[in-house]
Amino acid sequence: MNATMNADATAPAVKPILSLEHVHKRFVKSLDAAERVANLFGAGLQDQVVRAVDDVTLDIAPGEVVGLVGESGCGKSTLGRIIAGILDPSDGLVRFEGADVAKMNGADRRKADLAVQMIFQDPAASLNPRMRVVEIIGEAPVVHGLIAAEEMDAYVCGLMEKVGLDPATRRRYPHQFSGGQRARINIARALAVQPRVLVCDESTAALDVSIQAQVLNLFLELRRELNLTYVFVSHDLGVIEHIADRVAVMYLGRIVELAKTDEIFEAPNHPYTQALLEEVPRLEAKKRAFTALKGEIPSPLRPPPGCHFHPRCPHVFARCSVDRPGLKPIAESRLSACHLNDETAARPGRTRSAETVSMEAAQG
Amino acid sequence: MTTPVLDVRDLQVTFSTREGLVTAVDGVSFRVDAGEVMGLVGESGSGKSVTGLAVLGLIDPPGRIAAGSIKVKATELVGQSEKALQKVRGKDVAMIFQDPMTTLNPVLRIDTQMIEAIRAHEQVSEKAARERARDALAKVGIPSPEERLNAYPNQFSGGMRQRVAIATALLNRPAVLVADEPTTALDVTIQAQILSEVQALCAETGTALVWITHDLSVIAGLADKVAVMYAGRVVEEGPVADVLERPIHPYTAGLIGSVPSRNKRGVPLAQIPGMTPQLSKLPPGCPFAPRCGYSTDPCRTIRPERTPYPGGRAARCHNPLDVPPNTPKADAARELTP
Repeated sequence: MNATMNADATAPAVKPILSLEHVHKRFVKSLDAAERVANLFGAGLQDQVVRAVDDVTLDIAPGEVVGLVGESGCGKSTLGRIIAGILDPSDGLVRFEGADVAKMNGADRRKADLAVQMIFQDPAASLNPRMRVVEIIGEAPVVHGLIAAEEMDAYVCGLMEKVGLDPATRRRYPHQFSGGQRARINIARALAVQPRVLVCDESTAALDVSIQAQVLNLFLELRRELNLTYVFVSHDLGVIEHIADRVAVMYLGRIVELAKTDEIFEAPNHPYTQALLEEVPRLEAKKRAFTALKGEIPSPLRPPPGCHFHPRCPHVFARCSVDRPGLKPIAESRLSACHLNDETAARPGRTRSAETVSMEAAQG
Repeated sequence: MTTPVLDVRDLQVTFSTREGLVTAVDGVSFRVDAGEVMGLVGESGSGKSVTGLAVLGLIDPPGRIAAGSIKVKATELVGQSEKALQKVRGKDVAMIFQDPMTTLNPVLRIDTQMIEAIRAHEQVSEKAARERARDALAKVGIPSPEERLNAYPNQFSGGMRQRVAIATALLNRPAVLVADEPTTALDVTIQAQILSEVQALCAETGTALVWITHDLSVIAGLADKVAVMYAGRVVEEGPVADVLERPIHPYTAGLIGSVPSRNKRGVPLAQIPGMTPQLSKLPPGCPFAPRCGYSTDPCRTIRPERTPYPGGRAARCHNPLDVPPNTPKADAARELTP
């Protein structure tokens, strides 16, 4: 067990409920017939491989809220799906309460899968439009034998009350509900199988601010009441800052920084985290010039060598384009993957200027 | 006082639906000067997008502008023929939409579309128009614009497509630019790039910008003044900093309290109970009264009128707050459980 606990130095020192060890996920587009024929004539085409998740190690302690943030294409949703057991990793281990999920027998695997539920982004698209709400919420617990079929109605009523829906509306169809109510139906459906971990993939992104606030409050309340563990996948740093205990910042399939929420938002270490946080629009920031991080996230088909972030990094130096920086401890329970941390004894803070870095690079 | 570039007065837009006549925009007035940025904030169904479309004369049946006036550089747009509007649209007034593919034609190359937009309003050679299109692309930060002119919209990423849409909108140096949530679908870093470019371009050309969004924090950094819409009416308006710091209307205070952030971590957000009302079934008094923590009897019977306040502010409320949102008074209204 010790090995698992040491894998992620930032996790609270308790037995993790879920742990990922060196998890990879590759999506491969094989050559089609024409391309294979072209290869016979020496075209030299190769399979296209996207490394959506590239060597991620993460422990999730019971009762904690872990935020996964990053831009589109950084692999945060894929990682969320691996955690939820919807996708299997190409490499690496996913452990649920210490046991390797891939090696479980059918019954145990089902138990582990039920314990981790996912709530998706679009509250409309993830509900079957031709099913009544009572069936949507009640189907899974009956199928999995958690409740008897005749108990379904009462069980669903209880769940609907818990998430703030009127049980009298249970015979209605999803389209008869508003966006916020549909989000609540999704939450009730996930809760129906009595999960211990909820993976929320941009679950509030489609909602209006005032409705989003209601749903976020509901998440916090359920966490207290049911002692739930959350993995919150979001591009909205405001939401993550509000709800998460720990934050993992992802860039092109890799975690570049992992730390407690306060620490990451107060003193971001990785240049990407710094840039990301700088660009979050905030209520407090009055009329200002928006600074811009140059460039866009590169294609995951051809990620840059070395540190994936180096083409956009303001502090880039020679080593960045060659060596892949490891995710290393920079302080107690803080990890960051940046070569700058090796260069000087002092951490590269926000104040570190590009000149110092290039000077050091020239000397080194 | 100088004539504002955009002057909207008592605008009323109605839609005839099966449930009867719905007033989507009801008595909206605002003015934007050259180089000024106004934020139009509201939730879905508040009428903010319809207001934006009305400025461009893009309200189609069953909707119509029932009353009011929209003046761009002192020229009245309401009641103009479609032919006259076409001369204005894309030249004096331009719009950027949330989805750039609303603007771009997927089967035409970028250069074809941009040159067409220039030559529709000006007698210039194709070569000159192409050069202008290229410069416009360079200005919004598209690398190697000369080659990119020959590309089709699907060959661009989402952020790049939005830049092309912005470059196209700014081609004829419009006096007014209406932007309807153009960065909502984009990542934060790309959003910041686009915000910084739009900011610079409008400052440079003196374009009056109306930025429509549901995201108060974008407005906080971008706009000079803000108008908050609820159920088709502007419920509060004023300079951004003042409105965000000392909201007068309880709805504005509720919106601000709903924005998640660090200093509210772990504590429930000050949520607004209930949901936005259906426009066809508005209560007789203040439309916000059923969700408001301060509502009194007059709120349920008398529709509040626009009341001006010092510092260029105004609100429609019988029980104005005029206190910062984090004082005990605002806490009292906090609804803790759904």
